[in-house]
Amino acid sequence: METVMAFVVGGLYAAAVYMMLRRSIVKLVIGLVLLGNAANLLIFTAGGLTRGAPPLIAEGALLPDGAVADPLTQALILTAIVIGFGVLAFAVVLIHRAYEVVQAVNMDKMKDTDT
Amino acid sequence: MLSAVLAGFVVAACAPWLAARLGARTGWVLAVLPLALTLYFASFLPRIAAGESMLFQYAWIPGLDIRLGFLLDGLSLLFALLISGIGTLIVIYAGGYLAGQRDLGRFYLFLLSFMASMLGLVLSDNLITLFVFWELTSITSFLLIGFNHEDKTARASALQGLFVTVGGGLALLAGFVLLAQAGGSYDLSMLLSQGEAVRGDALYLPLLLLLLLGAFTKSAQAPFHFWLPNAMAAPTPVSAYLHSATMVKAGVYLLARLQPVVGGTMEWFWLVSLTGALTLLVGGVLALRATGMKRVLAYSTVMALGTLTLLAGIGTPAAATALVTFLLAHSLYKGALFLCAGIIDHEAGVRDLREMGGLRRAMPWTATASIIAALSLAGVMPLFGFIAKEALFEAAVQAPELGTLLTVVAAVGAMFAVAVAGLVAVRPWFGVQATTPRTPHEAPPALLLGPLLLAALGLLFGLWPGLAEHGLLAAAASAVHGAEVVPALALWHGFNLPLLLSVAGLLLGLLLYVQWARVQALLQRLPLERYGAERAYEALMTWMVDVAAWQTRLLQSGYLRRYIFITLATLLLVSGYALATRYPVWPALDISDLRFHELVIALVIVLAGLAAVKARDRLAAVAALGAAGFGVALLYVIFSAPDVGITQVLVETLTVILLVLVLFRLPGYVNTSRGVIHVRDALMGVAVGGLMTWLLLEARNVKLFPSISGYFIEQSVPGGHGHNIVNVILVDFRALDTLGEIFVLGLAAVGVYAMLKLRAEDRR
Amino acid sequence: MKVRHSRILRTAGDMLLPLLLLFSLFLLLRGHDLPGGGFIAGLVASAALALYIFSRDMRSARQVLGTDPRSLLGVGLIIAILSGVPGLLAGDAFLTSEWYTVPLPGGREFTLGTPIIFDIGVYLVVIGAVMTIVLSLAEAEERPWKR
Repeated sequence: METVMAFVVGGLYAAAVYMMLRRSIVKLVIGLVLLGNAANLLIFTAGGLTRGAPPLIAEGALLPDGAVADPLTQALILTAIVIGFGVLAFAVVLIHRAYEVVQAVNMDKMKDTDT
Repeated sequence: MLSAVLAGFVVAACAPWLAARLGARTGWVLAVLPLALTLYFASFLPRIAAGESMLFQYAWIPGLDIRLGFLLDGLSLLFALLISGIGTLIVIYAGGYLAGQRDLGRFYLFLLSFMASMLGLVLSDNLITLFVFWELTSITSFLLIGFNHEDKTARASALQGLFVTVGGGLALLAGFVLLAQAGGSYDLSMLLSQGEAVRGDALYLPLLLLLLLGAFTKSAQAPFHFWLPNAMAAPTPVSAYLHSATMVKAGVYLLARLQPVVGGTMEWFWLVSLTGALTLLVGGVLALRATGMKRVLAYSTVMALGTLTLLAGIGTPAAATALVTFLLAHSLYKGALFLCAGIIDHEAGVRDLREMGGLRRAMPWTATASIIAALSLAGVMPLFGFIAKEALFEAAVQAPELGTLLTVVAAVGAMFAVAVAGLVAVRPWFGVQATTPRTPHEAPPALLLGPLLLAALGLLFGLWPGLAEHGLLAAAASAVHGAEVVPALALWHGFNLPLLLSVAGLLLGLLLYVQWARVQALLQRLPLERYGAERAYEALMTWMVDVAAWQTRLLQSGYLRRYIFITLATLLLVSGYALATRYPVWPALDISDLRFHELVIALVIVLAGLAAVKARDRLAAVAALGAAGFGVALLYVIFSAPDVGITQVLVETLTVILLVLVLFRLPGYVNTSRGVIHVRDALMGVAVGGLMTWLLLEARNVKLFPSISGYFIEQSVPGGHGHNIVNVILVDFRALDTLGEIFVLGLAAVGVYAMLKLRAEDRR
Repeated sequence: MKVRHSRILRTAGDMLLPLLLLFSLFLLLRGHDLPGGGFIAGLVASAALALYIFSRDMRSARQVLGTDPRSLLGVGLIIAILSGVPGLLAGDAFLTSEWYTVPLPGGREFTLGTPIIFDIGVYLVVIGAVMTIVLSLAEAEERPWKR
C-alpha cells in the first residue's frame, strides 16, 4: 500500500504546485490546502503504514498487544493539521485584506503596492 | 588579568556620564585607568625580562571546555605597555584637544573601548578571542574615524577603513580555522610549538595567504595602504593613537606572533618581505607627494609599517631585534609628531605644510618636542631612532636572500624618512613667520605633556639603549624569533656598512628636503587619482552595488509565482541530484498487500485533487477539496491513526466553513494565463510530484537512525500514566513542542483578529 | 451573517449544542487513555459552536461561550504554562510531568497529573483560537466588506 500512497502523495503535490503557480489568489489558497494534505500524508506514509493496530494500550496492560502503528508521526501530524488550519485562516484573511486594498485578484497587480 | 582587559570596557561605558559631569577635567580623571594599567603591566617587567612567559586562563564555558586565555610574554607585554602607556597620554591630550566639544563623552566611550579591545587583541591566547578583539578594534576604529559624523568625507573614510580591515578580518578568520586544524589547537601557547606540523600541512599556502591578507589589510600594506591616510579624518589624538602607534600595528603584531609558527619558509620570506619593501617605497613616494601635515605623517606611517613587515619577513634573530626596536622607536616618535601636528592645527589653525613657517617663537615647547621626535624619525645619532635604523640596516644586510635589494630599499626608506622629518619639523618652526588663521600661541599642559614625554623617552632610550633592551626588547625579540635572541643594541657599532648607509641616507634625505617643492610638483603629476589602489577599491564597491542591484532585480521580482517557481526549481535540482546520484535504480513497486477499498479511497483522493484543479468555479473547487480531505481522513483511520483521522475530519469541516466565509467574498475565477504557461506549470507540478513519490519510495528502504518511537511506546504507561500513546507524547513527552504549537495557533488567531479589527477601525 | 430562520436547523442546533459540548468534555478527559484529547475535544467544541452560529446567531454563540474567545485563548495558554511549573518546583525540567495519587473512599485511587492540566490548556487554546477566527470573520461579514 505504501507504493500506492506514494503516488497519491505525488498526485496531491502535483495538483498543489500547479495551483500555487496560478495568478489567481483563490487558486493559491486551494493549492495551500492541497499542499498541507500532501505533506501530512507524506510524513504519515514515511513512518510506515500499519493496519488495525492503533497506538493504544489496553486497560491494565503495560505494553500494547503486539506491534502498533508509529505514534510519533501521528502526534506530529495531529498538531500539524491543527496549526495548518490556523495558518490557513491567517493566509486567507491576509489575502482578503490585500484584495481589499489593491482590488485585484490577479497577484501580478499586487506587485507595486508599497505605498 | 581578565579584569585588566575588561576594565576598559566598563570605564568606557561610564565615560559619557563622567564627561557630562566633569567637563574639561574628564581627560585627567579618565587617564587614571590607563595609567593604572601601565603600572600593572610594568610590574610584570622583571619576570618577563628574565625570560618567563605567563599564561592566565579563566573558565568561560566550562561545560564545553572553552577557556579564556591570556598569554603574556615579551612581545605582548611590549604591546600592552605601548597601548596603555601611550593611551594614558592620549586620554589626557584628548581632554585638552576636544575641550568644549559636546560629544566628549562619546569620544571617550569609543577611545577607551578601543584601548580595551587592543589590549585584548595582543594578550589573547585563544585565536577566536583574538579574532573577536581584532574585529572590535576595526569597529571602534570605524566609529572614531567617523567621529565627525556630520562630515561626509569622514563618513566615507570610516566606511572605507571598515571595509578594508573587516574584509581582511574575514580572511583572517578562515586562516585561523585552517591554522587551528593544522596545528591541532586554537591556543597560541600550544600552537607556538607546532610550527613543524603547520608548515608541513597540505593547506599551508592557503592558510598563509589568508593570514597575511588579514595582517596586511590591518597594517595598511600596499595595495591596501590607501585607507590609512583617509583615516586621518579622525580627530588627531585618534590618528596618533590608533592609526600610528597601536591599531595599525596589530597586523605587524600578528606577523610577529605567528612567525615562529608559520614563518621561516621561502613562501613566507618572499611574500612578507617583498610586500613590506613595496609598502615602504609606496609610502615614501606618497609621503613626499602630499602636502597636508597629517597626510605626510600618515604616509610615513605606511612606510614604517612596510619596514616592520619587511623585518618580519626576513626572520633572522637580527631582524627580530630590529623589528621590536623599530616598533618601539616608531611608536614614540610618530605619536609625538602626530600630537604636535594636532597642536599646530589646534593653536594656529593650519594643516597644509606650505602655509606653515616660523612658528617656533610662538610655541617653543611644542617645537622642542617636535624637533627631538623628528630627529629620531630621521635617525640622527643620539636618539633611539638611530639605533632602530642601524638595527634595520644590519638585518637587511644579513638577510639570507635578496640582501642587496632589501638593503637598498632600507636605505631609500631612510632617505625618505629624513626628508619627511625635515618637512614636519623644520618647515613649520623655522623660516619666515607665516600668517595663520589663528594667532599662534603655546599649547596648554594637557596638550604638551604627551609629545614632550614621548620625545624625551626617545632621547632616553637612545642614550641608554640597555635600558630598553634589558627591560623588555630582548624578551620581545625572543618571542618574535621563537628562540632566545641577544640583541646587543648600542649607539656606536664602529665604522661599518650600516653607519655608512646612515650617513648616505641622511645626506640624500637632506637634499630631497631642500628640493621638496620641485619633487612634490613632479610627483603630483603621477596619475594616481585615476589608476591608484583607491580607484580599484572604489570600482570594486561600485561593482558590488551593481551586482546587488542586478541580482535583486532578478530574484526579488515581486511576482509570487516566480518566487515559488525558483524555490521549486532549486528543490528539484538539489534533491533530485542527491536522489539520482545515491539511488540511481528506480525502487521496486511492491503492490502485493493492496486492498480494494483502500485503492478506491486513494483514487478518490487523487481524482478530487484533480477536480480541484480543473474546477471552473470556486464552489466546485472547495467541494473537491473537502472530498480529498475526508478521503485522507479515512486513510488515517484505516491505517491505525484514529486521533489523526478525527482531527482531520473536524479541521476539514472548519476549513470549509472558513473558505465559505472568505473566499466567496472575492471575485470569481478569471483565467489570465496563456496555454503555454499552463503547460509549463503542469510540468513543474508533475516534476515535483514525481520527486516526492520517488523520495517516499526510497525513504521506506532507508533508515539512518533507529526509531525513537519504541521508547515512547514502552514508557507510555509506566512513565506517562496513559494508554493513548499519541496523547501521552503530545501532553507529556513532547509537551514543550505542543506548547510552542498552541502558541502558534493563538498567534494566528490574534493575527486574524487584528487584521479584521484594524480594517474596521480604518474605516471609521 | 444573514440569519436563516429554518426551524429544523434551529431546533437541531439547540439540541446538539449541549450534547456536543458534553461530548467534547468527555473526549478531553478520556483522551489520555483512548482516542481524544485537548486538540480533538477543542475542535469538537468549536465545530459545535460554529454550528450554533449558523443555526442561531453570533450573539447566542458568544453567550454560550460566556466570554470573549480571546480570553479563553489567553487563559488556556496560561494554564498550559502553569502546568509546567510543578515539574520545575520538583527540580526537574520545565513541563516534566508530576503525578499525585488521591485516595478515594472505598479503597480506590484517583491519579491526577499535570499532563491532564496541560491538555485542558490545549483544549481552551484550540476553542479560543478557532472561535476568535470564526467569530471575527462572521462579524466582518455582517458589515460590508468593501470600503
